[in-house]
Amino acid sequence: MQPDLHQKQQQQGIDVAVLVSIGRHPTTGRARRAEQDARGLELALAIEAELPGTRISMLHAGSQDDSSEAALRGYLGMGLKSMTLLEQPEGSDAILALAKHLAATSPQLVITGARAERGEGSGLLPYALAEHLDWPLVNSLASVEKVENGVVTLLQALPRGQRRRLKVRLPAIISVDEAAPVARQSAFGPARRATFAITPTTPEADSELAQWHLSPARKRPKRLKIVKAASARDRFKAAASKSEGKGGQVLTDVSPEQGAEAIYKLLKEEDVLR
Amino acid sequence: MSEIIRRDPRREWIARNRLHPDNAAVLAALGVNRGGGAVSEWMGPSGVVRKDPRAIGFIGPNGVKRIDRSGLQQGGQATAASTAARDSRRTVTIDQPAFLVAVVPDLTGGRLSGHDKDLLGLARRVADADAEQPGAVVAILFGEYKGEGGGELKEQTLGEAGIDRVVHLDDEFYAGFAPEARLAALSAVEREMTPRFWLLPDSPLGGADLGRRLALRLGERAATGVWQVEADNEASLGWRCTARGAAGSLDIQRPLPRVALALAECAEPVDETRHAAEHLTLAASIPTTLSRIEDLGQVAVDPAGVALAEAGFILSGGNGVKQWDAFHHAAKVLGATEGASRVAVDDGFMARDRQVGATGTWVTARVYMAVGISGAIQHLQGIQRCDKVVAINLDPGCDIIKRADLAVIGDSTQILAALVAMVEQQRGGQRNAA
Repeated sequence: MQPDLHQKQQQQGIDVAVLVSIGRHPTTGRARRAEQDARGLELALAIEAELPGTRISMLHAGSQDDSSEAALRGYLGMGLKSMTLLEQPEGSDAILALAKHLAATSPQLVITGARAERGEGSGLLPYALAEHLDWPLVNSLASVEKVENGVVTLLQALPRGQRRRLKVRLPAIISVDEAAPVARQSAFGPARRATFAITPTTPEADSELAQWHLSPARKRPKRLKIVKAASARDRFKAAASKSEGKGGQVLTDVSPEQGAEAIYKLLKEEDVLR
Repeated sequence: MSEIIRRDPRREWIARNRLHPDNAAVLAALGVNRGGGAVSEWMGPSGVVRKDPRAIGFIGPNGVKRIDRSGLQQGGQATAASTAARDSRRTVTIDQPAFLVAVVPDLTGGRLSGHDKDLLGLARRVADADAEQPGAVVAILFGEYKGEGGGELKEQTLGEAGIDRVVHLDDEFYAGFAPEARLAALSAVEREMTPRFWLLPDSPLGGADLGRRLALRLGERAATGVWQVEADNEASLGWRCTARGAAGSLDIQRPLPRVALALAECAEPVDETRHAAEHLTLAASIPTTLSRIEDLGQVAVDPAGVALAEAGFILSGGNGVKQWDAFHHAAKVLGATEGASRVAVDDGFMARDRQVGATGTWVTARVYMAVGISGAIQHLQGIQRCDKVVAINLDPGCDIIKRADLAVIGDSTQILAALVAMVEQQRGGQRNAA
């Protein structure tokens, strides 16, 4: 009985919602598909390929104009027929609109980029949605291994190229950053043919953001080596001397076994041996 | 005895002539201690200050007289002065704090990272702004803390980072990826202590994730990527911050909210004071939450696939490695990413993308093991940001030995073979036990 049920689940697939934003090219500043969101869509497409019957719905909350449409068609060109646009004027709070829409449509998996390339870009949106909907959230995803019986097995990327395996009960939100697989190229023809389903929302202005002062990023000052010395002699010594090692332990005239043991102890202490 | 001071010109002459065989004895008899600084100024009989210009200075190691006009005492006393400087931290205890600043450091590998220390420096700045009513910095530590030293010394390293109170939670359900358990603990701290500010590192090591979760749980709109904090009387909490936004292309100036996630180098680490680092325990027990996320543990990653710049453990070979097959085998057994010095790459033993150093990759490993590498300056530049360096070399005088935290002098092939045997034996033992 179990395999049949399993197969049925596989054929059913799951509902995946991908949240996309409008990116900003780092040098020209033009609107484009955002790097991380495109990776998120790529991940969703990978799930679809693995799990036939998976339905992907793409969501964007924002205004509709020429430049944003061009950017959004960048996502559509990756192989989607249509997307939903929650229309609201610039400077509105996207979280409420998205949370309302997700609660209404109730997908099983929501994929977002870690942070936006425009506006505040604080990376708080996935967390805010998780708090609103009370769903579990996993950040910095590398890949989805399998989905079965309402539980998804994921690989989370850790710093230093490490990976961690997690099991999360659906519905869940996962956010994607640079560790996820690179997004495929966008095809122009399908992008032109795809359609937008425009849903009007009741916009709520983000009043707090309007009060803040935004300016192009200033280069951060480089930290100087501060020498707290009482005398000119100390200051000179600090400026002129090479940084001496703290004087590590040196083992001379030891047998290879003793040397290896000392190294082994250090490696154990640093917890790098697995 | 008569009051008349009798001069002995001959003795004075000997005292002046440091090449005279009796010089030392005469100096001792006269009570002049040239090495430790003789009396060079005294009140003369008629009330006039007399100076002896010859008593200034000291005899250097080459027998040449040196004068140090920096105001410090000279030569042999310098080391004493530097140890005094090390102990010169002011001890600060804050018994009745006006408010609390909570900090949740990453504590990677059980130690305070540089980022953590910068953050604690920022917390200190915020807490100490009003000298009349100082606040206290509470650090919430998850997992094991293994700072330098043990017992008292451990607390001292926390105190020297600027921590007044410590809440240490090292139950095993906080280990690994446990955001829900950690969040429950932080919420308990919030209920019990209600700190005025929550500061977390905006780092991929966990602080960025936990901080955002905490902000939403507290219903605050966190400032993320904060790199500058200034006092501002118009802001509601008295501080204004500058934060990076929009993928690092915007600077956002806003009042500092209760929860802030700060970047590295947001402030100078504490280096003048030593704080109490008193241990606190939470009165209320933390409610255990049923986690919807199950951590299945870290996955074995092929170390060869990890980028050299972000590898945590590197085994690097140089000119002194003679048996490369054994070297590759050792890297495989230890689970280390392979690196190489320039010589090894030029000679064709390793690929160019494995080169460590100024012309290759600048690495950031936690443990860097240099086998048969003498340590050219370009190579040492490349490993500047490594935490621990282990060197295996035949030559005890080479530069890498000075940089290394542990250096073993001997034949690299034999030592590596012994190390591999030891690791394999330990693993075999564990497997049998399990």
